[in-house]
Amino acid sequence: MYQDELLAKIEEAGLVGRGGAAFPVHLKWQRIKSLKNPKKYVVCNASEGEIGVEKDLYILKNYPEEVIRGLLLAMDFLGTKEAYINFNKDYYQATKNKIDPLLDLCRKKGYLVSIFQEEPSYIGGETGALLNAIEGKKTQPRPESPSPSLKGIFGYPVLLHNVETLYDIARVSMGTFKATRFSTILGVRNEGVYQFGIKQKVADILRETNNYPEFPFFVQVGGGASGEILTSDQAEQAVVGGCGSIEIYKTSTSSKQFLDKIFNFYAKESCGKCTPCRDGSWQLQQMLAEIEEGSEITWQKIAPIIKVMEKSSYCGLGKSIALPVKSYAKNILGIEI
Amino acid sequence: MPNTITVYIDGQAYQAEEGQSILQVAMSNQLDIPHLCYHEDLPIEANCRLCLVESEGKITTSCTLKASEGMKVSTKNEELVEMRQENLRLLLASHVKNCPKCQKKQPCPAFGLMQKYGVTSEEYQRKMLDLAVHKMGSAAEFDPNLCVKCGRCVNICAEIGINFLKIEGKGADAHLTYNQNPKVDCIYCGQCTVHCPVNAIREQSHLEQVEAALLDKDKILIAQMAPSVRTSIGEEFGQEVGLNMEKKMFTALRQLGFEKIFDVNTGADITTMIEAKDLSNRLKKRDAGEATALPMFTSCCPGWVKFLEFYYPDFIDHLTTARSPQIHSGAAYKTWWADKAGVDPSKIVVVSIMPCTSKKYEAEMEKFNFEHKGHKLKPVDFVLTTREMATLLKKNQIDLPSLEESEADTEGEYSGAAAIYGASGGVMESALRTATHILTGEEMPNLELEEVRGMKGIKRATIKIGDKEIKVAVVATARNARNVLEEIKRNKEAYDYVEFMACPGGCIGGGGQPLTSTNAIIKKRIAGLYSIDAKKNRRRAHENKVVREFFSYLTDKPLLAEKILYTSYSAKNKFE
Ligand code: SF4
Ligand code: FES
Repeated sequence: MYQDELLAKIEEAGLVGRGGAAFPVHLKWQRIKSLKNPKKYVVCNASEGEIGVEKDLYILKNYPEEVIRGLLLAMDFLGTKEAYINFNKDYYQATKNKIDPLLDLCRKKGYLVSIFQEEPSYIGGETGALLNAIEGKKTQPRPESPSPSLKGIFGYPVLLHNVETLYDIARVSMGTFKATRFSTILGVRNEGVYQFGIKQKVADILRETNNYPEFPFFVQVGGGASGEILTSDQAEQAVVGGCGSIEIYKTSTSSKQFLDKIFNFYAKESCGKCTPCRDGSWQLQQMLAEIEEGSEITWQKIAPIIKVMEKSSYCGLGKSIALPVKSYAKNILGIEI
Repeated sequence: MPNTITVYIDGQAYQAEEGQSILQVAMSNQLDIPHLCYHEDLPIEANCRLCLVESEGKITTSCTLKASEGMKVSTKNEELVEMRQENLRLLLASHVKNCPKCQKKQPCPAFGLMQKYGVTSEEYQRKMLDLAVHKMGSAAEFDPNLCVKCGRCVNICAEIGINFLKIEGKGADAHLTYNQNPKVDCIYCGQCTVHCPVNAIREQSHLEQVEAALLDKDKILIAQMAPSVRTSIGEEFGQEVGLNMEKKMFTALRQLGFEKIFDVNTGADITTMIEAKDLSNRLKKRDAGEATALPMFTSCCPGWVKFLEFYYPDFIDHLTTARSPQIHSGAAYKTWWADKAGVDPSKIVVVSIMPCTSKKYEAEMEKFNFEHKGHKLKPVDFVLTTREMATLLKKNQIDLPSLEESEADTEGEYSGAAAIYGASGGVMESALRTATHILTGEEMPNLELEEVRGMKGIKRATIKIGDKEIKVAVVATARNARNVLEEIKRNKEAYDYVEFMACPGGCIGGGGQPLTSTNAIIKKRIAGLYSIDAKKNRRRAHENKVVREFFSYLTDKPLLAEKILYTSYSAKNKFE
């Protein structure tokens, strides 16, 4: 297929990145293509680090051909022969019997696709941090400007796509794209990864997959840590945004249980670079550890840290703590923080 | 020239240069935006998140926000103030717990920020990591539990060319540690200590020992101050940068209880004599076709010497065998002066006041110890950095700027050549003034060798001595030293004489200097040093009468002379 044609089809299909930021794919392609650098890379990010998000692993296991096909299409579009797959090390172990033979084939066709394995982490999926890691530097984010993908790897620009985006690209090229997305569904009878239409409402997805809870519940959508918290009523209207996950909580889940999960995640995943996220997330974790089950949550102490993390963290990781905590407080407890 | 643009900070128009950050614009206009990780000579890390401002409704860090034409920035709204405070509370959690043990006292940048922004540091408890204080030789040390992960030490260490320090670990476990690579070692220059805003990396203090010695009636305390200290210590007392505080310092040292006020500058003149002789001999040998190690390297910077002994031991023959100034003069006091004054040398305590941390390491080296009158002696007993000296003065309520001026004791005489030892290029210049005298019997006509002055990391020049042309280089920082050594490996005849210093700008930019150090400030301190030289009647080491007297004392003591004037070097291992 001619490249312009593919680009037009991608635009027409409305493809957006599935890493979480939902940036239009065709714009990203044009931007990197227009750069004059003598060398460019395509990088596939296969290291989702959010709690309970396993859709990339699912796709790699079930559709490895599509993913690699998408990767080659992106390489051809840029006119490069070099790419990296940034693998969560456990994912690579789980899928290499399928991936390695495919990469051998690529090599025979003259495409050099290297595997980069990293310790599973959330920050490892952040663009700058991921590129730093490939360069052998510390896995920490880069400044917002110049854009990390322009400085890329060793100064060469990078076209970075998530596994699912590459899968979508392959589907578009084959004419079989159906505007779907994958999500992990957790906290239900039939936990697992499901594929459904992008406009489908959360509650409908639960019903269709025979997962609609029989108990009172609230739900977290778009990441088991950074996702938004919705009531079961709100779930009737909401679609899945951010990264692909739907997680059900019993309404009886205590605030301490819920916040423990969130705070522990951020304290563990903060890369340690900036004050609000590094020290704020640790203080939050400590604070909660000191609150006994059933006692009042000290929101007046929690709120300033959430705010400073949201407004002044260096990268999106630290900032993202605000959504789950604020939406939980507002939608479930009815308090504004 | 960069374009001039206008930005509006809190409604007020300011001129800025394109490419400047809003923080820089604010700082150059004396506007107050708190900042801790920013240092004007280092890469922007933007990790402290204190320098928050608002622009176009977005909160962002002013150290990363580039000024653009017409930009409107607010630095003062309530939300910003609140968030800066919160970050300060998080960052400095438990900081004051350490204050009683801390030698830094005022001005402590961390404490200053706390006071200014109404934070006590007791709002939160810091995560205590099970990590010990790490000692870098006998020069410096770091306490990971005090560190705020600003990265300034890591960056300056990389800039110097060593890469000894690094921050490891994630989240609140992120901590300062050192490079485990056996081929990488600290050279004790202490640049990290002068870039640490919270005293997590600092000199190994000799304050307590000096305070105890000052109270000991049985001891004779001699103070000697390095060339560089006099034009920098004023900064600790809010004085104009580069102001020569020498004569007030002499008074201050007397007030502290030192009995004799001598000067490392006298030592510098001794060093110049030995070093110029060494150079002249090597040049003569070469002319006679004899084997000799040229180019000759200076050896007065212990950080540089450690660098060479660790990273390039094959080159150690090139180091001049002259000892360094503080070691020369220290031994002179305990031999020549002690005999002259009729005192027991074992009662003398020599305290050096240095702009440097590696001088602490040097003072502890066994190889410098000697025997006199049946006593085993070390040339220098204790070394205080410029910062420690300022602390000591403040503890004793001695307000340096308001003191009367006074002179050093007679044996503290020095030449203009000694004064400039503190600046990169000064040692070379001094040695060439005297080498000219030795080699030609005449005096150098032009005393200002402009080519070897200034802040450039590598300066090269060809200097005429009589009919000889001497090719010289002056090098500051290990990074530049590496380049020049590699150049010499490729071309053995590239130079005849090379001066090396570990720190930017030489001792004047040393690791023991006030925390106010920046390249711009170092430049002003240097100007102060050169003006001391220009004003001196005697500007050559060999014109120093005290030094001549010392040498004539040694003429009938060749063994002692050998012991206290010369040294040797050996390859060093990591942590040695
Ligand atoms: S917000 Fe700060 S500490 Fe957190 S992951 Fe990003 S850079 Fe690292
Ligand atoms: S000075 Fe700007 S973030 Fe530290």
